[in-house]
Amino acid sequence: MRRRLTPYLMILPAGLWLVVFFAVPLIMMASLSLQQGNLVDGFQQTFHWQNYTEGLSTYGDKVVRSLWYGLLGTVACIVIAYPVAYWIAFHAGDRKSTYLFLLLLPFFVSFILRTVSWKFVLADNGIVLGTLKGWGLLPEGFHVLQTSFAVIAGLAYNFLPFMVLPIYVALERIDYRVIEAAKDLYAGRVQAFVRVVLPLSLPGVFAGVIMTFVPISADYVNAAILGGPQNTMIGNVIQTEYFNNSNYPTASALSFTLMAILLVGIFLYARVLGTKDVLEAAGR
Amino acid sequence: MTETQDAPARGDSATLPAIELAGVVKDYQSHGETVRAVKGLDLTIGEGEFFSLLGPSGCGKTTTMRMIAGFEEPTEGEVFLHGQKVTGVPAHRRDVNMVFQSYALFPHMSVFENVAFGLRRKGVERSEITRRVGEMLEIVDLAGREKRRPGQMSGGQQQRVALARALVNRPRALLLDEPLGALDLKLRQQMQVELKRIQREVGVTFVYVTHDQGEALTMSDRIAVMNDGSLEQLGTPRDIYEHPASKFVAGFIGTSNLLSGEVAEVADGRAVLAYGPGERIVVPLREGTAVSGGQHVELTVRPEKIELHTEPPAGDGSMIRGTVSEVVYLGTSTNYQVVTSAGADVVVFTQNVNSAEDIAARGDSVWLSWDPRHSYLIGQIGATP
Repeated sequence: MRRRLTPYLMILPAGLWLVVFFAVPLIMMASLSLQQGNLVDGFQQTFHWQNYTEGLSTYGDKVVRSLWYGLLGTVACIVIAYPVAYWIAFHAGDRKSTYLFLLLLPFFVSFILRTVSWKFVLADNGIVLGTLKGWGLLPEGFHVLQTSFAVIAGLAYNFLPFMVLPIYVALERIDYRVIEAAKDLYAGRVQAFVRVVLPLSLPGVFAGVIMTFVPISADYVNAAILGGPQNTMIGNVIQTEYFNNSNYPTASALSFTLMAILLVGIFLYARVLGTKDVLEAAGR
Repeated sequence: MTETQDAPARGDSATLPAIELAGVVKDYQSHGETVRAVKGLDLTIGEGEFFSLLGPSGCGKTTTMRMIAGFEEPTEGEVFLHGQKVTGVPAHRRDVNMVFQSYALFPHMSVFENVAFGLRRKGVERSEITRRVGEMLEIVDLAGREKRRPGQMSGGQQQRVALARALVNRPRALLLDEPLGALDLKLRQQMQVELKRIQREVGVTFVYVTHDQGEALTMSDRIAVMNDGSLEQLGTPRDIYEHPASKFVAGFIGTSNLLSGEVAEVADGRAVLAYGPGERIVVPLREGTAVSGGQHVELTVRPEKIELHTEPPAGDGSMIRGTVSEVVYLGTSTNYQVVTSAGADVVVFTQNVNSAEDIAARGDSVWLSWDPRHSYLIGQIGATP
C-alpha cells in the first residue's frame, strides 16, 4: 500500500504548489474576467461576457500587433540564433561551455536593466546613432527609439537564449558520422546541411519557437521602454488596465483572450508541423 | 614488412588496382605534439578483392580507411583509386562508399530514403532510383521494409540498410569500418557469411577494417596486419595464420606458442635446436634465411599442430619434454599447458576424437612432438638481402 502511494507523495509538493499558486489564481482570474464593478463599490459576478467582446473590439489592433511582433521577434531570433548555435556546436571545440556561458552572461542582469541599457544604446545621440551621425553617415533627425524596429530588436535580444539553447542541444546531439555519411554519399557541404543537419536540428527550432513566441507576444517591458504610443502591445494594455485603471475584469478578460489565442496557435502549430512529418518532408 | 604473397593475379594485366596507397603517412596534432598514426604505408588492393586491414585499436587501420574515403588527407604520400590520384579530392567526389561502425543511418529518413540518398545526390532518374533501391533491398533481404525508420529496426537490419545504402551507388570500392562490431556473436557470424555472399553477388572490392582476427580470417581474400602505424604482414588468411612473419602477427592472430633455443647444427635447409637428451626442435629455413650454430633464435608453433604423448615419440621431427601445468576440457578438444625447456606454458590443443579420458593430468611428465614444417622462425634473424 505504502509503495503504491510513494509516487503520489513525491508529486505532492509540486502538485500543491501548482494548485495554490497557479490553478486557484487562474480560476479566480477567470471568475474576475466575467465580473462588473469598480474598486470603490467592489466587483460582482454577473457573467458579463461583454468584457471579452468589448475588450477585443477596443484593443483588437493591439492583440494583432502583439502577435505580429511575436512573429517578427521569433523569426529574428531564429536568424540570429541558428548560426550562433551551429558555430558553438560544431566549431567551438573544447570551449563550448565557455561560449554558452558568455551567451548567457548578460542574462544574469535583470530583464528591465538590460532593456534600459538598450535604450541607451539606441538613443538618438547615443553610442551608435550619435557616432554615426557625428561621421555624417546618418541624418540628424534619424531615430530608432519609439519605432517597431527598436521594440522587435529588444524583444529578439531579450529572448535570444531561449532560441539558441534548444537549437544548440539539437545540433549537439547529431552524430558527426551521420554528416560524414552524407558527404560519403556525394552530398557537398550545402547538401549535407540541407538534407541532414537542418532536418535533424528542426526539433530544436520548433522548441525554440514555442519558447520565444509565447513570451514575446505577451511582453510589455520592451514596448514600454523602447517603443512609443504607436508600439503598444496587448501586454501594455493589460498592465495599464490592471495597475493604473484598476479595471480588473477587462484586464483579466484580455489576459484570457491572449492565452486562448496563444494556446490555439501552439496547438495548430504542433498539429500542422508535427515534428515527425516535417522531418519526413525535409528528408526528401 | 614482409610480403608473403603477391597480390592475386589479375586476368588482365591492363586492369588497374582498385586502390593503391603509395608511401602514405598521417600525422596528427594532439596536445601540441605530433603523433604519427600511419608510418609510410604501401598497399595495392586488387579489383574485386575482399581485403582486410587487421590490427589492434590505435594501429592506424581506421585512419588508413578514412584516407581512402577522403575524410582525412595524408600528410605525405598519395592515394590512387583505379590509377587516378585522388589525394586532395573531397569525400563526396570519390567513387568509394563507406559502411560506418555505428551505421550512421539518417534517423529522419525511411529505409528507402536512406538507400536512395546517394542516387538522389548523383541526380539519377526517379524511376531508376526506385528500381535500383528495390533491387538492392532485395539483395540485403529487406524488401518490404522500405517505409520503416532506422530506429524501428534491429541492429542486424540497420547493418544491412547501411550496406545497401553504400552498395546501391555501385562504388568502385566499399569501405567497411568494423561493421559487425555492434552485433552479438551469433548475428555477427551470420552477417559474416551474408557479407561474403553479397560481395560475391555484386563483385565490388571490399576493404574491411577489423580488430577481430577471426572475422578477417573467415572473410578475406587477403589480410594486411597492421601494428603501430605500419604494415606487419600482408598475405592470404592461410599464409598469415600458418606463416606469421613476426612475433606480433603470431601473437595477434590466433593462439601461438613462442619458443626459443640455441642452434646446434644447420643442414639440408634445416636448423636443429638442441635442449636436453633426446630433445630437439627442427626448423625449416626459408629461402634467404641464414642462421649459424650457437645463434639464439625464436620460433612459433600453433597449438593444434602439437601432439601430446606419454611415451617418447619416434620420428625425426621436433620433440620436447615437459610437465603438464594445466588441463582444460572444452568438449570438442582439451587444452594442455606444458612447461618445457624451450618455453614455459606451451599450449597444446588435442581433438577429443575417440578418447573418453584426457591423455594426461596436471603434474604428469609428457612429450610434445610436431612436424618440422610447423615451426616458423620469426623476426629478422639472419635475413640476407
